[in-house]
Amino acid sequence: MILDSKIPEGPLAEKWEKHKFNVKLVNPANKRKYDIIVVGTGLAGASAAATLAELGYNVKAFCYQDSPRRAHSIAAQGGINAAKNYQNDGDSVYRLFYDTIKGGDYRAREANVYRLAQVSVNIIDQCVAQGVPFAREYGGLLANRSFGGAQVSRTFYARGQTGQQLLLGAYSALNRQIAYGKVKMYPRTEMLDLVMVDGKARGIVTRHLITGKIESHSAHAVILATGGYGNVFFLSTNAMGSNTTAIWRAHKKGALFANPCFTQIHPTCIPVSGGYQSKLTLMSESLRNDGRVWVPKAVGDNRAPGQIPEDERDYFLERKYPSFGNLVPRDVASRNAKLACDEGRGVGTTKLAVYLDFADAIKREGLDKISQKYGNLFDMYAKITGENPYEQPMRIYPAVHYTMGGLWVDYNLMTTVPGLYATGECNFSDHGANRLGASALMQGLADGYFVIPYTIGDYLAQNPTTRVETSHPAFQEAEAKVQADVNRLLSINGTRTVDDFHKALGLLMWDYCGMARNAEGLQYAKQEIRKLRDEFWRDVKILGVNEELNITLEKAGRVADFLELGELMVDDALNRNESCGGHFREEYQTPENEALRDDENYTYVAAWEYTGTNQPSVLHKEELTFENVKLTQRSYK
Amino acid sequence: MSWFSKTFTSSIGRKLLVAVTGLFLCSFLVVHLVGNLQLFKGDGGASFNIYSHFMATNPIIRTMEIVLLLGFLFHIYEALVLTRRNKSVRPVAYAYNRPQDNSNWSSRNMGLLGTVILVFLIIHLYNFFWRARFGEPNMIPIEGTEYDDLYSVVVQSFHLWWYVLIYVLGQIALGYHLYHGFSSAFHTLGLNHKKYTPAIQKFGAFFSIVVPAGFASMPLYFFIQSFLN
Amino acid sequence: MAGNNPNSKPMNLTLKVWRQKNFQTAGKLETYQIKDISPEMSFLEMMDVLNEDLLLKGIDPVAFDHDCREGICGMCSLYINGRAHGPERGTTTCQLHMRKFSDGDTITIEPWRAGPFPVLKDLCTDRSALDRIQQAGGYISVNTGGVPDANEIPIPKNIADKAFDAATCIQCGACVAACKNGSAMLFTSAKVSQLALLPQGKVERKTRVENMVAQMDKEGFGACTNIGSCAAECPVGISLENIAMLNREYINASFTSENV
Repeated sequence: MILDSKIPEGPLAEKWEKHKFNVKLVNPANKRKYDIIVVGTGLAGASAAATLAELGYNVKAFCYQDSPRRAHSIAAQGGINAAKNYQNDGDSVYRLFYDTIKGGDYRAREANVYRLAQVSVNIIDQCVAQGVPFAREYGGLLANRSFGGAQVSRTFYARGQTGQQLLLGAYSALNRQIAYGKVKMYPRTEMLDLVMVDGKARGIVTRHLITGKIESHSAHAVILATGGYGNVFFLSTNAMGSNTTAIWRAHKKGALFANPCFTQIHPTCIPVSGGYQSKLTLMSESLRNDGRVWVPKAVGDNRAPGQIPEDERDYFLERKYPSFGNLVPRDVASRNAKLACDEGRGVGTTKLAVYLDFADAIKREGLDKISQKYGNLFDMYAKITGENPYEQPMRIYPAVHYTMGGLWVDYNLMTTVPGLYATGECNFSDHGANRLGASALMQGLADGYFVIPYTIGDYLAQNPTTRVETSHPAFQEAEAKVQADVNRLLSINGTRTVDDFHKALGLLMWDYCGMARNAEGLQYAKQEIRKLRDEFWRDVKILGVNEELNITLEKAGRVADFLELGELMVDDALNRNESCGGHFREEYQTPENEALRDDENYTYVAAWEYTGTNQPSVLHKEELTFENVKLTQRSYK
Repeated sequence: MSWFSKTFTSSIGRKLLVAVTGLFLCSFLVVHLVGNLQLFKGDGGASFNIYSHFMATNPIIRTMEIVLLLGFLFHIYEALVLTRRNKSVRPVAYAYNRPQDNSNWSSRNMGLLGTVILVFLIIHLYNFFWRARFGEPNMIPIEGTEYDDLYSVVVQSFHLWWYVLIYVLGQIALGYHLYHGFSSAFHTLGLNHKKYTPAIQKFGAFFSIVVPAGFASMPLYFFIQSFLN
Repeated sequence: MAGNNPNSKPMNLTLKVWRQKNFQTAGKLETYQIKDISPEMSFLEMMDVLNEDLLLKGIDPVAFDHDCREGICGMCSLYINGRAHGPERGTTTCQLHMRKFSDGDTITIEPWRAGPFPVLKDLCTDRSALDRIQQAGGYISVNTGGVPDANEIPIPKNIADKAFDAATCIQCGACVAACKNGSAMLFTSAKVSQLALLPQGKVERKTRVENMVAQMDKEGFGACTNIGSCAAECPVGISLENIAMLNREYINASFTSENV
């Protein structure tokens, strides 16, 4: 298989304009003859569904939550980047492009990233027109703040709830189309398989989570916007229901999975407190604008933070990276926190935490100002930990937050399955090996509002309007397979709970395929995951029947997929003999413990092809070419 | 449905009617209280009897009486419709509920308070209004003109302890009803402003204490008087 | 064992949990004993522990809605000890922690109760009525593209802040659950206020409020009597002022719009 990224010819800055001109258009009168399925209603899904419906297509949108507005984009806190240069501080499309490519440690496609930077400005306009209440200055114009990995203030925000406000904007656009009858919404419905007819994606099979009803839905194209797979680690900042099932089952139907091992570990999360922990809570990275990260200089210093004098504290980020200080990219900040804890200088009872201290900021700007900026985050921290961050420093530790990997897509966001698209976090396209803060919201909305509406037309225009009935054998076969899988799970009646397996898998992934990886550990993890998977199918305990709200059955299906995906992540991590971005192989580091890339051998996208259960996946490479930026060792010193 | 009936059968429209009639009834309370203060004049009831006569015969007042009656009826009818509708919204009750942790008792029990006030009102009307309008008048001369001596009816009624009790309880219910109702009416009318709302709330609290206290002072005054004489 | 809290003694609790097979059947409270609950746990983590326990005993685990577990998605609900989202103000159930309870406590857990929120199973309810209210007009009719520059219309900071405060509603339905009248006015008013405050939303303000209120009534929610339980129990602090604004918008629209 040759991976054709379909990057348009021409100078970087003109590619997207040219491409928009060259793509085929669907005549307005014909648009209503095409049906499009959108799975997932987060930023990428809701924006795509609404925009496509506005254009005239018939859209069916699916989400597992009880309302499309609950997709996990809602939890994004910090902000959204856009190259508006409203602050007159030297920002430009090119600078946003450059920062994103560099931040991603040169493992993303130039053309995609440039397009992302270009459309970023339209996103802000669109959201404001929808009534998104961004933060404003006293003069009534939009406010900006700075974010990790950038030296300009280009982040638009709505207090600490930017994701919520952007998603509600997209949700309102979606609602408008639902009211017009152009979008049919299917909440509490989970996609369990992709249906292909004549080698093209033509529909999906779903299970209704309340009634258990297994149903087919036919369309001319399918868009997956189902988010990341961070829950493979069990503990992550993802929502409890976030899963890989849709993209994994599409992968099993032929969509290649790219860079699965690229996981982002977010530096500012509330530390784990015990084995019962069900999820981790992130606090916006914007906290690092004013908070100072430190640990005691001495190993085993058990004094309360207030008792440790200034000269016995190690502000390690400021010390190591004087020019970016506490605002280094996420992977760098996370790894340094881990290093400090590995050295035995961690804080709190578990010793797996570092301090994030606001004492100086409060002294400098006053309590009110700090409370205005971060009040809701401080409250959240206080609620969860029972400690007052205005009085004592927060304790933070990195946690799995975002997955840069995902289904491989070309410039049009189409996967290797014709007619199957992937947008937002579930594709691999724009962030390379590491995503910069405030860029996930940007990508999700860019894909949904401004990219897919153009590119999907190109595909549809080349395909007939004929509909496929769900009585088609391909649908019947897929339904039967889904039903059989469900029956198989229900018939095991073993002794271990689904969560038990999930936790075991999560621990393996965190220990061996987390913030730092090595060949030996990865090989071990691969064996253990296989064992765990075998045991799961032998010994998992699920009660009840399919035809009801069955929370264990739902989870079991998702965990079964994580157990397969986990192995692929390990394979990918093993294959990539270099360190880059979120992928840190201990064997490949500079003397100063910085990630050591191998540009000669690994400047490619690793796209994996599924070949069967317990069969080795086949690696396909898409070579990355950099014509506009020079590959350098990232330095934030 | 016309826009008019659509508006006034909507949840907000009905509330609007309750609020507007409620505020109108508040204005009645003021007039009624000020008028009845004549009881305290200490002139053996002369002013009060002249005032009563005026109220019973003046054509404007008689017209307003009908408006007032309509106001009461609307207020009660709309509130009843809303209460019934609201009750039906929760067919299965909470097994364990602690509303006292999130709201005032009076706010939650406007229907109950209103019912107590209505019962009081019926007794009150029967005793005074009915007597004044349809009963056998007991004419006495004041400054050369014959007036019905309602003053004596009042004084005698308030010598009965249980009667005084009914009145005082009625006024307590009214106080609680007003405590919520007064500022709530402004809220329903959408009259809400950072500058004025606190004043409205304060005035509402003041109103809900002073007006019922004023009314209650009358039976109490005559009851105590009956012991002193 | 988290943090530096030395008083993290495990607790034993009695839970009275509403069990209901589905919409058609009646439900009842079941009593479960649960041991060794850490005060550092979140309430839903305690429920997870209960469910693992039930599952291993062969009892159907308790179904409850939840997703983000960080207080923003609005999926979690639960009427805990007579209060929507439990005893702590300004907190969703998922952000409620067991340190708010004491060893030996009995905790009653019920679903949201309102006609428009039918119980689907155990503690899960169907809140799609709220979505339908949003669909009736909770948007500004702009298509993607062709919009003016974001800084074209300045918006005073206090107005933008007010709109933001109203926009933070998480659509959890606690306002309805806590309201004696089962009214969805706080919810509806939050959206109406947000959009009526912003210049972009003023264009459609009259039609919007008329349609959203009509839908709210059609769904069978009760009428607001300004009790204030909703705002007191709202986990994100949506203010009662929004209801006044909704009333104002509605009255104004009813009498001045051209929709006859």
